[in-house]
Amino acid sequence: ALSTTPAADGTYTVTLFPGDGIGPEISESVKTIFAAAEVPVKWETHIIDVQAVKPGDDLVSKDALDSVRRNGFGLKGPMATPIGKGHRSLNLTLRKELGLYANVRPCVSMPGVDTLYKDVDVVTVRENTEGEYSGLEHIVYPGVVESLKVITRDASIRVCEYAFQYAKNNNRKKVTAVHKASVMKMSDGLFLECAQEVAERHKDEDIEFQTLLIDNAASFLVSNPSLIDVMVMPNLYGDIISDLCAGLIGGLGLTPSGNMGEGCMLAEAVHGTAPDIVGQNRANPTALLMSALMMLRHMDLHDKAQLIEKSVHKVLRDGKVRTGDIGGSSTCTEYTDAIMREMDALRE
Amino acid sequence: FFPLSSPASKDTPVLLLKGDTDTIGREVTESLAEIFKAANVPVSFVSPKVDPRVDGGLTQEVIDLFAETRVAVKGPYFTPLGTKETSINIQLRKSFDLFANVVHAYNIPGIQTRHKDIDVVMIRENTEGEYSGLEHSAVPGVVESLKIITEEKSTRIAEYAFQYALANNRKKVTVVHKANIMKSADGLFLECCTNVASKYPFIEFESMIVDNTCMQMASNPQQFDVMILPNLYGNIVTNIATGLVGGPGLFPGANIGISGAIFEQGTRHSARSLAGRQIANPTATIMGGVLMLRYLKLEERAEAIEKAVMSVFAETDIRTRDVAAEGAAAASTSEFTDAVVAALKSSS
Ligand SMILES: Nc1ncnc2c1ncn2[C@@H]1O[C@H](COP(=O)(O)OP(=O)(O)OP(=O)(O)O)[C@@H](O)[C@H]1O
Ligand SMILES: Nc1ncnc2c1ncn2[C@@H]1O[C@H](COP(=O)(O)OP(=O)(O)OP(=O)(O)O)[C@@H](O)[C@H]1O
Ligand SMILES: [Mg+2]
Ligand SMILES: [Mg+2]
Repeated sequence: ALSTTPAADGTYTVTLFPGDGIGPEISESVKTIFAAAEVPVKWETHIIDVQAVKPGDDLVSKDALDSVRRNGFGLKGPMATPIGKGHRSLNLTLRKELGLYANVRPCVSMPGVDTLYKDVDVVTVRENTEGEYSGLEHIVYPGVVESLKVITRDASIRVCEYAFQYAKNNNRKKVTAVHKASVMKMSDGLFLECAQEVAERHKDEDIEFQTLLIDNAASFLVSNPSLIDVMVMPNLYGDIISDLCAGLIGGLGLTPSGNMGEGCMLAEAVHGTAPDIVGQNRANPTALLMSALMMLRHMDLHDKAQLIEKSVHKVLRDGKVRTGDIGGSSTCTEYTDAIMREMDALRE
Repeated sequence: FFPLSSPASKDTPVLLLKGDTDTIGREVTESLAEIFKAANVPVSFVSPKVDPRVDGGLTQEVIDLFAETRVAVKGPYFTPLGTKETSINIQLRKSFDLFANVVHAYNIPGIQTRHKDIDVVMIRENTEGEYSGLEHSAVPGVVESLKIITEEKSTRIAEYAFQYALANNRKKVTVVHKANIMKSADGLFLECCTNVASKYPFIEFESMIVDNTCMQMASNPQQFDVMILPNLYGNIVTNIATGLVGGPGLFPGANIGISGAIFEQGTRHSARSLAGRQIANPTATIMGGVLMLRYLKLEERAEAIEKAVMSVFAETDIRTRDVAAEGAAAASTSEFTDAVVAALKSSS
């Protein structure tokens, strides 16, 4: 479980990886808003200079990893992993070293952001360590490739257990295990079996449990998302389904995520480095900010989280100040300032 | 596509597989047969005399019948979870090497949906990928599942997709993959599609990562024209696409290979919860029959039936429960069938 005890002076220290591309711009926005809201958080910033790392070395230094382990909380902007330079992938390093086994991606309709879907409120809990992301592939003979998907009982139980805990802590009514055990009978079959086992343990908690084939889940999500509440699933399905959910509410500029580990949490925006808008003050900081709010709630700083969230909602609902990705023309700074004005107004 | 070279003659035998008794197969294939009769379609259905399933496999009778007719219409066979036996649906596709699954999703006038102007054809590799059935448990609690991608089958499906695009005057082909993670397997698929695309410079070609594709499907599905998909992604994306335009009850799918073709519901759900209650929507199966008539070069009969079905949606409010307006009385399977028959009669 996560340690939620602050330092003696009531503050938390959070490791901050501003990241690349639009990362520094949106991180700055989060820092500014946190400061204005007087959130008791101190930042310990680690800049990962990809260019300076030698091939073969890990992208994330031991120092940076220790910082997250020590602090229990990290916030990460998007990072560009250089392809084919001999580094171990950044995300892989983080997940492995920090034991980040569950990735939580809530997708909630934002007031004022018009999409074809109203009142979406679904959460994807994604297994974060195995499945199709094993990296085990080989060429059997020229022209034939095998790719290995690995499902283990331990990882499946752990992520399903987390999903039920999450549902319980967040007052959710239903958990849906998503799978394709009709085809992948053993691997997804094992995942499904674990989900059922965990559901059985939680059967007295008033949380409904159902299982859905991934194709049915996808179809329900686009036709009637209110049939879905919390979902738990293997790695690749989680990747696909969470992006589908993001599409329902207006895209990646809005959706937060939290990587949960044994004893630490790394919050991050799901989106990439957005190279097309870097340095133009046009990025939408909402996703990273909402990720940071997930973290505040884990610190039991509910009032602060509530204050900031309300202000974001007010700005979006008013619609006068918003970034380009959701149909506005304001800068990241203007949007950040608007949120701070709302916070001031709320605190009067 | 791959239709007969000359129109089928009178009393062309077509294999009719009604599906399992506990699925909606009975009522929907009955509906189809009734409409074919009313439309004076020159085909005669032949059905296996004994249960087409023995000990988890296909009977020799079914294999012989299909070898003779080479064309079949089928209802769904249910695939139980938690058993080892391979789905009979998959066996049919594999044993006759029906490598291309084609599903066309589009807005039907009279069916209310959130999204408008969708017109997408999904061409899915039907024989390998995650559906290899190769799984094993190395140590208790650890299962490995093999995904197989071959150059031969990837190139074959890509060729089919571009031929389809050409024959149907389509402008753009999008290949869907996850080659950033499955670098070898999906990488090979992508490479094969790219190679084939270079032979068709007059058709626009793009690639898209599967999670982004699903997000785009939910927010901007109009951008898609023809898509090429490996097996599992095809399953997911066809369900999303049909979900956007009215659900699994409306759209047929064709499984096509050199040796013949099988027509069925596009999403292949068994819908056991509806079975035997006369509430299933027979449209997907009827339209499967229409595709089959086109395959047999019986264009005029196909056109008449398609028009009749579309006129029921456009001009009446007779709808089965899955597509009925909220609160409106729903028609039964046979009432809907009667309406199509009436429309056929009134137009001839
Ligand atoms: N926070 C954001 N605010 C505004 N637009 C965004 C944001 N995040 C992503 N986008 C937009 O969404 C699109 C995809 O962004 P993303 O960064 O994922 O692209 P990418 O090229 O895959 O980057 P990377 O290589 O880092 O993954 C881009 O057009 C980008 O501008
Ligand atoms: N022809 C149809 N008419 C109406 N609804 C359909 C039709 N075909 C599929 N559906 C619906 O699509 C959904 C998915 O079907 P599927 O068969 O996978 O699920 P199910 O019926 O819940 O499960 P099972 O197949 O185990 O009985 C269900 O809600 C089903 O009712
Ligand atoms: Mg993703
Ligand atoms: Mg990206």
